[in-house]
Amino acid sequence: MTSLWPRIEPLLAHVTKPARYIGGELGAVTPEHGPGRVAWLLLYPDTYEIGLPNQGLQILYEILNERADAVAERSYAPWTDMEAAMRAAEVPLFSVETSRPAADFDILAFNLSAELTYTNVLNLVDLAGVAVRSSGRSATDPLVIAGGHCAFNPEPMADFVDAFVLGDGEEAVGDITDVVSRWQSQRAAGDDAATREALLSALANISGVYVPWAYEPSYGKDGRLSAVSARAGIPEKVEKRTITDLGAWPYPKKQLVPLIEVVHDRLNVEVFRGCTRGCRFCQAGMITRPVRERPAAQVERMVRDGLDRTGYDEVTLTSLSSADFSGIEDTVSSIINDPECSGQVSVSLPSLRVDAFTVGLAAEIQKVRRTGLTFAPEGGTWRMRQVINKLIREEDLYSAVDSAFSQGWRRVKLYFLIGLPTETDEDVLGIAALAKSCVEIGRRYHPNVTVTASVGGFVPKAHTPFQWFGQNTMEELRRKVNLLKDTVRGVRGLTLRWHDPQATAVEGLVSRGDRRMGAVIESVWRAGGTFQEWSEHFDLALWSEALEASGLTFHESVYRHRDEQEVLPWDHVSAGLHRDFLWQDWQEALAEHGLEDCRWTPCYDCGACTGLGVEHVVASSVAPAGGSQGTGQDLDSGGMVPVRFLATPKAVLAGAAAEAAR
Amino acid sequence: MKIRIRFAKLGRVRWTSHRDVARMWERALRRARLPLAYTEGFSPRPKLSFGLALPTGCESSAEYLDVALSEMVEPADLTATFSSLLPDGVDVLAAQVLPAGMGSLQEEVTSCRWEIDVPQLGPDALTEAIARVLGAETLSVTRERKGRPVTDDMRPSVLALSSAGPLGTGSGLVAELGTRPRGVRPSELAQVMGVELGRARRTNQWIERDGSRWEPLATPAADAAVWERAS
Repeated sequence: MTSLWPRIEPLLAHVTKPARYIGGELGAVTPEHGPGRVAWLLLYPDTYEIGLPNQGLQILYEILNERADAVAERSYAPWTDMEAAMRAAEVPLFSVETSRPAADFDILAFNLSAELTYTNVLNLVDLAGVAVRSSGRSATDPLVIAGGHCAFNPEPMADFVDAFVLGDGEEAVGDITDVVSRWQSQRAAGDDAATREALLSALANISGVYVPWAYEPSYGKDGRLSAVSARAGIPEKVEKRTITDLGAWPYPKKQLVPLIEVVHDRLNVEVFRGCTRGCRFCQAGMITRPVRERPAAQVERMVRDGLDRTGYDEVTLTSLSSADFSGIEDTVSSIINDPECSGQVSVSLPSLRVDAFTVGLAAEIQKVRRTGLTFAPEGGTWRMRQVINKLIREEDLYSAVDSAFSQGWRRVKLYFLIGLPTETDEDVLGIAALAKSCVEIGRRYHPNVTVTASVGGFVPKAHTPFQWFGQNTMEELRRKVNLLKDTVRGVRGLTLRWHDPQATAVEGLVSRGDRRMGAVIESVWRAGGTFQEWSEHFDLALWSEALEASGLTFHESVYRHRDEQEVLPWDHVSAGLHRDFLWQDWQEALAEHGLEDCRWTPCYDCGACTGLGVEHVVASSVAPAGGSQGTGQDLDSGGMVPVRFLATPKAVLAGAAAEAAR
Repeated sequence: MKIRIRFAKLGRVRWTSHRDVARMWERALRRARLPLAYTEGFSPRPKLSFGLALPTGCESSAEYLDVALSEMVEPADLTATFSSLLPDGVDVLAAQVLPAGMGSLQEEVTSCRWEIDVPQLGPDALTEAIARVLGAETLSVTRERKGRPVTDDMRPSVLALSSAGPLGTGSGLVAELGTRPRGVRPSELAQVMGVELGRARRTNQWIERDGSRWEPLATPAADAAVWERAS
């Protein structure tokens, strides 16, 4: 098939960052297309720099290209200047590997990680020259499919996406390839039964695949969703896919190394999937259960091979809470003490747990480039943190921060949410109080420390205990931000950052919307509303106008509390969690009861393990040292401000050194 | 000790920036397991110094890099080692140990030779344009610097211009552009000549002193081979 490169290259001289469009990454393949090979175009609906590092797409890229019956290439959202140049020159969307037109692929597969990228999905399908609505596509058009965390409420994108994959994609992409391949052979043989509908129907019968065409929503007199019914022969409820053994999937084996700087520009090795800390606001923690650890030996091998292959000098051990990985100390010390790395490799753990143990670990591994540490207490008071089940005591935070500053860090960043259920102004002001105390602790060690409190507006998500909660209005969030701004004004060393409450409101709109939200998304896209997660492009007016034209309101879709009986737009897809469990946990939240991590405590029967017939795959039967959550520490003391700190960093370091010497 | 490497940047990879090329080299040097010398401090980095930045979109067969090493290595081995560790289009042409006391590339290079494709302009029209530019007393160009337009005269930096004859539907231009007081870009030359800029390739960087001139590291043979492959 023809390469569009001769028509693309003349455009590059006139756009910013032209290397976004040239491919050529280490690890990229140049697959050979041909009959009998299902061609996938994997797309991330944001810029190359944000999309390229996405590990989900990289895993699927390798798995598909390893198959004899599939090929996979990649594409990303061209920036606005390139899009304008492409449209003016009538150059359609193309793959970065072979500059092949997107419409020549059999499948356009999107990763959905953020709601505000949805209008970009429509834009990319349109740039490919494919009908934006599923109903407008024929048997000769590519299939448009999507996966990723946002697929757990697929309804707002149901008009545009032919099939969603819920949960882990490693196995599902193979099943989809098989189905498409069979259907293509039928068509090639002239079989009249091989219609688009036949294909959609076959896809809908793959476990973990949700095909909106096969499900019809109906609405009650009150205008609310009353039921979603499946066509004959289609499962009523779609259960997510889960790979039970992460060790069987050591991907990516050949992580892509881009030619230009991207976010997360380092080696990434996933150490476990799933999380049972049970933070009630966290959709990722709920929908990826149970915990599945990668064997430590495999982690070490992947790190060593990866550093060797890529030339990176930094590796991130990824997961939702990497300090919880069994034997994290051994794993880390084996990486940093590897003579091959000659002391120049730094290891980072995202989402540091808030305790001195973790900081001790961070000190051990960040011998080089000790810039800043980030903690996420999320709530400003102990009461608030019990509601959201982020059971960090004030003393845990202070000992962690003390430990960080005493070991040479100068910058600490704290993540908080505002607009949480039951939140009072006292809870909001608690954020300022915690941050101020952290500055004071830092001053004991250094005159110029900075503490940044980063405040995001809470957006309730599907399949979480907070899915019934009425989100704070943008005006209320604005008021709370102002409250904080007034309180921290003039405090030296303390910086406050906040997420735009207007963007939070729109995220809420899309995150829990039903199928009718599709018309809103389409209107915003048609009015030019792409790159909505970029503050310079975000435009609330576009959303408000589109909402009004569709007869929907922020109040009805976002700000309103839901009751137990209400049919939720995502009730017909399942992340394995019992609805009863989520409701019960919601009630526990309102009663300010925290729940400990179930990896080391009795089962709460959330449904994730029992439904799959698996258990948490953890190497260690005992909880990791340190931290108050799931570790048997006395949670009743959570509200007390400590007199002295719990762990001395020296002791932690001595312990780690002894470990290394052994 | 320091080694100096001369390399080419050709083909698609020309769309990467000078900084991107620096990062490619950092990764390649680590993969080659060379005994790199690192800077001191909290954030140690390998000691690398690149010559004059090549504008994004331009090609070159005369890019230079000085690498500080903590131990001796045999430069002859480097050429083969690196070509497999660098992206397509970035190729090592030569490497040699740098004698102590050599000035930095940035300080020493005085001019660059460019081969520039001028599409849609015949050789006669190009000859006219060349005569006009060389005959001008001043050539003022406006560029953006720190967000503000700055106008200066680039005539002193236009050292030589000649036509290389017809090339496709247009013609070829050979230019020697000085680096002081500042390096002039091919795009600026195209602007003052009133021509559309096609591909531009830096073929040499020259150090001129006391009436003679030489390259930071010459590669006459390798040059030709690389050009054959690129065309």
